[in-house]
Formats: sequence, structure tokens, C-alpha cells
Amino acid sequence: MTDGPGTAAAAAVEHYVSTEPFDPRAIEALSPEQERYYLASQWRLMWWKLKRHRLAVISGGFLLAMYASILVSEVLAPYNLHTRHVDFIYAPPQSIHLFDKGRFVGPFVYGTTYRLNMENLKREYTENTKEVYPLRFFCSGDSYDFWGLTTARLHVVCPAAGGTLFILGTDRLGRDVLSRIIYGARISLTIGIIGITISFVLGLTIGGVAGYYGGWVDMVVQRLIEILQSFPQIPLWMALSAVLPVTWSPILIYFGITVILAMIDWTGLARAVRSKLLALREEEYCMAAQLMGARPGRIIGRHLMPGFMSHLIASATLSIPTMILGETALSFLGIGLRPPVTSWGVLLNEAQNINVVALYPWLILPAVPVVLIILAFSFFGDGLRDAADPYK
Amino acid sequence: MIGYVVHRLLIMIPTLLAISLIVFVIIELPPGDYLESYVAELESQGESVDPKEIEFLRTQYGFDKPAYQRYLHWLVGMVQGDFGYSFEYRLPVSEVVGDRLVLTILISVATILFTWIIAFPIGLYSATHQYSWGDYGLTFIGLVGLATPNFLLALILLYLANVVFGTSIGGLMDPQFLDQPWSLDKVLSVLAHLWIPVVVIGTSGTAAMIRRLRANLLDELQKQYVVTARAKGLPEIRLLIKYPLRMAINFFVADIGSLLPSVISGAELVAIVLSLPTTGPILIAALQSQDMYLAGSFLMFLATLTVVGVLISDLVLAALDPRIRLQGGSTR
Repeated sequence: MTDGPGTAAAAAVEHYVSTEPFDPRAIEALSPEQERYYLASQWRLMWWKLKRHRLAVISGGFLLAMYASILVSEVLAPYNLHTRHVDFIYAPPQSIHLFDKGRFVGPFVYGTTYRLNMENLKREYTENTKEVYPLRFFCSGDSYDFWGLTTARLHVVCPAAGGTLFILGTDRLGRDVLSRIIYGARISLTIGIIGITISFVLGLTIGGVAGYYGGWVDMVVQRLIEILQSFPQIPLWMALSAVLPVTWSPILIYFGITVILAMIDWTGLARAVRSKLLALREEEYCMAAQLMGARPGRIIGRHLMPGFMSHLIASATLSIPTMILGETALSFLGIGLRPPVTSWGVLLNEAQNINVVALYPWLILPAVPVVLIILAFSFFGDGLRDAADPYK
Repeated sequence: MIGYVVHRLLIMIPTLLAISLIVFVIIELPPGDYLESYVAELESQGESVDPKEIEFLRTQYGFDKPAYQRYLHWLVGMVQGDFGYSFEYRLPVSEVVGDRLVLTILISVATILFTWIIAFPIGLYSATHQYSWGDYGLTFIGLVGLATPNFLLALILLYLANVVFGTSIGGLMDPQFLDQPWSLDKVLSVLAHLWIPVVVIGTSGTAAMIRRLRANLLDELQKQYVVTARAKGLPEIRLLIKYPLRMAINFFVADIGSLLPSVISGAELVAIVLSLPTTGPILIAALQSQDMYLAGSFLMFLATLTVVGVLISDLVLAALDPRIRLQGGSTR
């Protein structure tokens, strides 16, 4: 037994002594990659995790592009928001062609001829292949007020002189639907952001106070949240927006609607904050801050909140779509925003009548960006939430 | 169990009181009242209004009393079954509401059943076949369903029905049954029309339910008792039905609480688009014309419906899951 293979192998290895000086911490030392990972801030970690979620990154990029577009809506839209083409009322979408009778022209549209169908009084437009209108790019078209600063005429794309360019058709007053969708993004997208900001502040404050103090404050807030959540949202929004006086200016209505949306929405966030704070306020570092005489506001804001802020932001992202949908629904019913303010809901309001939709189906097209934005926010929010979750 | 039921019923009372207060404040918020807009309307048509008559109406409906007295009057009336008077329809509110409320409840219940019937097998499939093509496809469809606002879905369906079938799918019964007393034919006609709003309203709820069921089941499937059962040699199907599904059912029932408000919200919106004879169209008309008792009672009904629905789900849950009762008793 003493002559086992182990002893034979051990005998074969020469006695070895390293000449390096002995470093007792050699095992603890981190490789540069490890160091980068372990010392990364919470936000950096979130970013790394988020980057791996392909769909979330794509959605985030899409959202970023959409939000960037509202800065330059005027330039992107081929027409001014209010330009009316009285000869082209309810004109159908014009398709963009590249070849005319086998000859390459570049992107162009054909002219249209108009005929009133006497049977159902439908306006019918047919393509007139004799007229070829090549598109112009980075050109001068309808004049507009750029953010109320200067008057300009530059557009990314405009129709040929004398021609028209209705990629998504025109509406009841002969206004270009595509241009109106591009302008509508401005209102529809910001209403979600402003709304969520208000609701975030409300949720943090109310939930924070309830969670930190507990006791009867918590009790009252809990009941309030329960009551608000037991209201069906849309009827409540409807009732509140019916309260807004008709005499208000459109911009005031806009803020009114935003506040209404936020007033109902904060409850979920407040709940999350409250339950987190209830647990965190028992921690030692919180006690330490109290002993050092920090006021409640500072303890909540400086010591407790940052711990789960990332998670809160992620869940707030997920409730932006609800707000966008809420505004769209209200405006669609005609009790939200009112023209001349243009949001996707206001545009859809024209599609409320089924007879109109049956004859002129392109009026439902503003629904497409609504669905896309909501999908993008859901994917992005999902990715963000996963990234913010330290246990995953 | 009885103690728990009584406890939950008692908790409902302050909740409903608070809801009624909020509703009252909301319908009182707009400046002016129905009589003012009524007078303005008459005057715009060139008719003269006898101030005495207006004064008479004002006292009769209590517009001259302070707000808190009107609130108490409304509240006491509601408890006694008198919901006030609709100025617009010149009928007691209960008569205007009656049938419509029944139909709203019918649609809501049908939608929730639809949600369950669809969501359950799909969620089950998605969870057991995680990361398969079927799972991806169903998840994608579910997400699109979640992202499409239901009133748009209604609009698109209306359009398709109009173009493809050449028919109108609006309404909740064939026209000849309108204003007819209930009969077997009428019931059948309602049932034949019911599926459209149910599908439209149910889609987003179903999609959300599938996602949550899938996530829940995936969590359960990782648990050790499942591994144990599998190690014992239980067939996969029996294993699934015996343990994780039972957990999932609890969660299904508990979810009524969050499902119901959104279903009722959706029902209101879709009703307006599809012109269903439910509460939606009347509610919005009442809100716009400041027909305050009608609007208030509607809001109150809808909220009560939700509260009762949540109550039922809590009670069923308590019956199903013994752990809930203990928690409910100790924390409240």
C-alpha cells in the first residue's frame, strides 16, 4: 500500500521553491476585468445588463428617434400642420414609385384625377400616370414657425412644384395625414413624459411619507390608494376631463389632462415605494442617520430612495404607455384635447364614425404610431426592469 | 371564515362612502348646473323662460341648498334605492340605468370568463414550452394585443366587418328587439352579438393574463416540490395538474381585482365605439350635459361593481387558499 501511484508521482516531481516574494493577498487580487465589474456603479451595471437585452435596446433607440423627431417635426413633415388642399379632400395615400414606364426617374408620385361617385357620394381619386412628380429633398416648401422663433421653409421632403405628396392620404379638410401624425407626436409623446413626472413626484412623496412614518398616515394612504384603484380608470378620467371648462385655452387643457392622468396613476408607484420603505427604515444605516439628527425628508431622499430609484424608474417607464393610451382614448371620444391642438387621439377622433372609416380607411392610420410606441415602451421598460433587478 | 366575510363586508362600507364622496365632488366641480345650461339652451332657441319656473325647479331639485345637504340627500336616497332624477331624460335614474347596467355586468362577466378560457391553456403552453417557437409566437401576439388599445381594435373590427362581410356589427342585439320586453329570441340575439365586444374588450386583459400566468408558472416549475414529484416518477401532465396548476388557480382568482376595473373601463370605451346599449354612451352624454345625478349614479354603480367584484374574488380566494385568511385577520 505504501508503494501507491501517488507516492511514485510525488517522487518524480522535483522540489520547487518560487523566488517571487510572498504576497499573502495574491488570491484576493482582482484581474482588471473583475475590477471593472466589481467597482462599477449601479447605473453602469444596469447599462451593461440592458445592452444584452437586444429587443430593449432596439426599442430604446426607436423611442429616442421618435422623441428626437418632435424637436424638428416642422422640418420632417412635408406640409405645414394647417395647410389645407381644398381640391384634395379625403384623397387616398399616394404610392411612391421609382420607375415610370420602364424608365428610372427616382422616387416620384403620379398625379391624381378626382371624380365624385354619384352613387354613394364618395370622393374617388385615380392615379394619372401621365403626370410624373419627382419628389424633392431638402427643399423649400410650406412656410412654418419653427418653435415660434423664426419662419422657415426647409423640409426634408416636399412635393414637386404643382404636384402633391400625400403618402398617407388627406383628411376631411384636405390636410396631409402624414404631416399631422408627425406633428401629433409632439403632444402625444410629451403628455406621457410630463404625466409620469407628476405622477412620479406624487407617488414618491405620498408613498415615501406613508412608508416612513407608518401608523395612521400609512393607514389613510393605503385606504386612499385602495379607493382610487377600485375606480375604473377610463370613466374616472372621462368625468374629470368633462370638468375642465370649455373656455380654457388649448394649452391649459393640455396641462389639465396631464394632471388628471397623473392624479389617478400615482397609486401603483406609491405602493411600491411604501412597501420598500417599510422594510428599509428598519435598517441600521437609517437608524444611524436618525441618531445623527437628519430630518425625515433628508433620510428618505438621501439615504433610502437612491437604493431603489433605478427600479422605480423602470416601473415608471412601464406606465407611460397607459398615459399615452389614456390621452388617446379621451381625445378619441372628444373629451380630451381639442383641435387646434393635434395629438394622435385628436386625429383618431375623425375616425370615430364607422361610415367615414369604411370609405376612407387611411384615417385609422394614426393608430399605428400609437401601437408602435406602446410596444416600444413595453419592451424597453421590461428590459430596464430586468436590468434594474440586482437578483437576476 | 364567517368572521372574515363579515370583516370584509364591514371594510366595504367606508370604502363605498369615500367613493361616493369623490364622485359627488367630481360631479359638483363644473361651474354652473344643469338648470343653467338648460335655461341658456332655451334662450338660445328664442324661448322665454319664466324665472319663477326656474326658481321652482331649483328648489324642487335642491339646487338652492348647500353642497353637503345635497350630498347627504343623494347618499340617503341611494341607500333607499332612489338614485335621483335624470334631467335630460326626465325619468328617475334607476329607470334610465336599469337594463343598461345589466348589460354592462353581462359583458364584464362574459369578458372575464373569455379571458380565463383563452389565457389559461395558452399561458400553460407558453410556460411548459418556454423558448419554443410556439412560446415566442404566442408571446408576440399577446404583446401586440396588449399594445393595441381596445377602442382601436373595435374600430378595426368594425371596418373589417363592413368591408369583408358588408354588415354592421355594432349594437348588442338585432334592431327589431330594441325596446322589446325580454324573450328567448332576444336573449339569443344578444348572445349572438355579445362575442364581438367580449373579444375586443378581453384581448388586452387576456394578453396581460397570459404573461403573468406564464411568469408565475415558470417560478413554480423551478420549485423543489416539482422536482420531487418528478423524481417520484409522476407523469408530466399529472404533475402539472396536481401541483403548479393549483397555485396558478389561486392567482387567477386573485387577479379579478385588477382585471375588473380595466374590463369595466374597456367596456365603457368600446361601448361608445360599437354603440352598445350599455352604460358607456349614456355616461359620456350625461357628463357632457351636466346631468349630474345620472352621471354620478353611473360612476357610483361602476365603482360599486368593481368593489363587489374584488370582494367576491377575495372571498373565493379565502375559500381556496387557507393561507390568505390568516394574513387577512392579523394585518388588518
